[in-house]
Amino acid sequence: MALEFSPETYKKFEETVNRYPKKEAALLPVLCLAQKEFGYLGQEAIEYVAQLMDQSPARVYGVVSFYTMLNTKPIGRHHIQVCRTLPCALRGAEKLISFISKTLGIEVGQTTGDGRFTLSEVECLASCGTAPMMQVNDDYYENLTDDKVTEILASLK
Amino acid sequence: MEKLLLRNIDVPDSHTLAVYRSRGGYRSWEEVVKNIRPEQLIEEIKASGLRGRGGAGFPTGMKWSFVPKDSPKPKYMVCNADESEPGTFKDRLLIEKDPHAVIEGTLVAAYAIQSHTAFIYIRGELAFGAGVLEQAVDEARQSGYIGKNTMGSGYDLDVIVHRGAGAYICGEETALLSSLEGARGWPKVKPPFPATHGLFGCPTVVNNVETLAVLPWIIEHGAAAYAAVGTEKSKGTKLFSVSGHISKPGVYELEMGYPFMKFLEEDCGGVPNGRKLKGVIPGGGSMPVLRPDELEKVNLDYESVQAAGSFLGSGGVIVMDDATCMVRAAWNLARFFAHESCGQCSPCREGCHWMEKIFHRIEQGEGRKGDLELILNVSGNIMGNTICPFGDAAAMPAAAFIKKYREEFEEHIAQKRCTIRME
Repeated sequence: MALEFSPETYKKFEETVNRYPKKEAALLPVLCLAQKEFGYLGQEAIEYVAQLMDQSPARVYGVVSFYTMLNTKPIGRHHIQVCRTLPCALRGAEKLISFISKTLGIEVGQTTGDGRFTLSEVECLASCGTAPMMQVNDDYYENLTDDKVTEILASLK
Repeated sequence: MEKLLLRNIDVPDSHTLAVYRSRGGYRSWEEVVKNIRPEQLIEEIKASGLRGRGGAGFPTGMKWSFVPKDSPKPKYMVCNADESEPGTFKDRLLIEKDPHAVIEGTLVAAYAIQSHTAFIYIRGELAFGAGVLEQAVDEARQSGYIGKNTMGSGYDLDVIVHRGAGAYICGEETALLSSLEGARGWPKVKPPFPATHGLFGCPTVVNNVETLAVLPWIIEHGAAAYAAVGTEKSKGTKLFSVSGHISKPGVYELEMGYPFMKFLEEDCGGVPNGRKLKGVIPGGGSMPVLRPDELEKVNLDYESVQAAGSFLGSGGVIVMDDATCMVRAAWNLARFFAHESCGQCSPCREGCHWMEKIFHRIEQGEGRKGDLELILNVSGNIMGNTICPFGDAAAMPAAAFIKKYREEFEEHIAQKRCTIRME
């Protein structure tokens, strides 16, 4: 069966499109809905969104590939995104990334074998006063230490 | 000093409508929509001397006045909440702790340009802040501050919270509009300016969160009261986000013109661990770094920081102590710009990557003779040769690091290794 939204998500899709003065303006929020529903935006998901939005898959792919939060490949349940930009780097972000990498046994850009974690480095997340920090899915974790990170990772099942 | 921007954030539940209203919230909006003509409002904000807080410092009232009054097209107001400048986290604080001030400011600005649809474009990563804003917009809508015939004034105004999806460039106003149109966040050539050809080709104003959040205070207290604060050309107060090697990092509200060193040493507690100051980036990662000797007479206002050879920018103050490797710092920022270049203009798309590669090889002990001239050359070829200011934002800090810490770069190249290990 081809990929499609659940009835609840489809309703959200319609509400989203109706909020905007022009349908095409709703593309980013609709892509976010699709990513939430399908886990990532593979070719099938992109084609489905393109059809819903009356656009070509090529154009939709062009948009997807531009934004760092949109994933074209599957990722782990918990997406660990450690800020690596200067203010965090000045406060230990490089060591933090090595620590997480060692703890999880994966390199930056990889996913653990059980699909639990993906580790990424990201650019400034507007949390420089509480550096070093990481974002896991939607949540910010700030003022991190190795001990704190160990605890956080253990809590993410 | 009276706080204009951080006036509510320490109050418990400051993000709720009930608390905001108990502190005088939405009274300015009611006054504006019922009793003030748009032209009057624009004059009032011009008289206040308020300048845009996103980084460029353009006079806000003047920006509004460029919107044509007789255009048959719809007009759009956009609040730029895409805060992504390295070292900057002030807007996030306002969004999370005082969302109604941001919304009220957006309503006031929308009315000034006679827009009936306003967007708050918030960067996608700020999921918590977006949730706070959405809830605040719902509350304001239910109480009649937003919607059709708002507060019985006959004025219709809707507010849409729009989340980005991860791209620094979308903080640039024309890139933001491209993104809001459902496209890649590619900046557009100016002119035409958004005031006449913005969102969907319609007249549009884009203002930063901090710019908008102070509008209710200005309406309530009057332009003269605002203009009485600050310096001759930099009026009012400004938020500064302080990060890096500093005892008390955080967001501070200061009167424009406050002495820079006094701020760092007294308000922020100075550089910790007995270390000395080595350099400060005063206005976010796109601005040239300043050495301690250059900071001595600098005050925190647009003119004074510019006279010292940098810019006030977003007010993102990044502090570096004497254990910082400036080659590594320069490489870190060059990598940021290489990652975030939108890829539209070749000087920036190619140049940012080359600068990153060369800085990296110097830091790795593989620097070559002539590398510093090469970076300065690449940087010079980006400056002024791109559609949007991103090119300059990448080029300026790269050149400044080399010019101001040249010996350290030369040492790296001569000794074929990093001579300073960053903790």
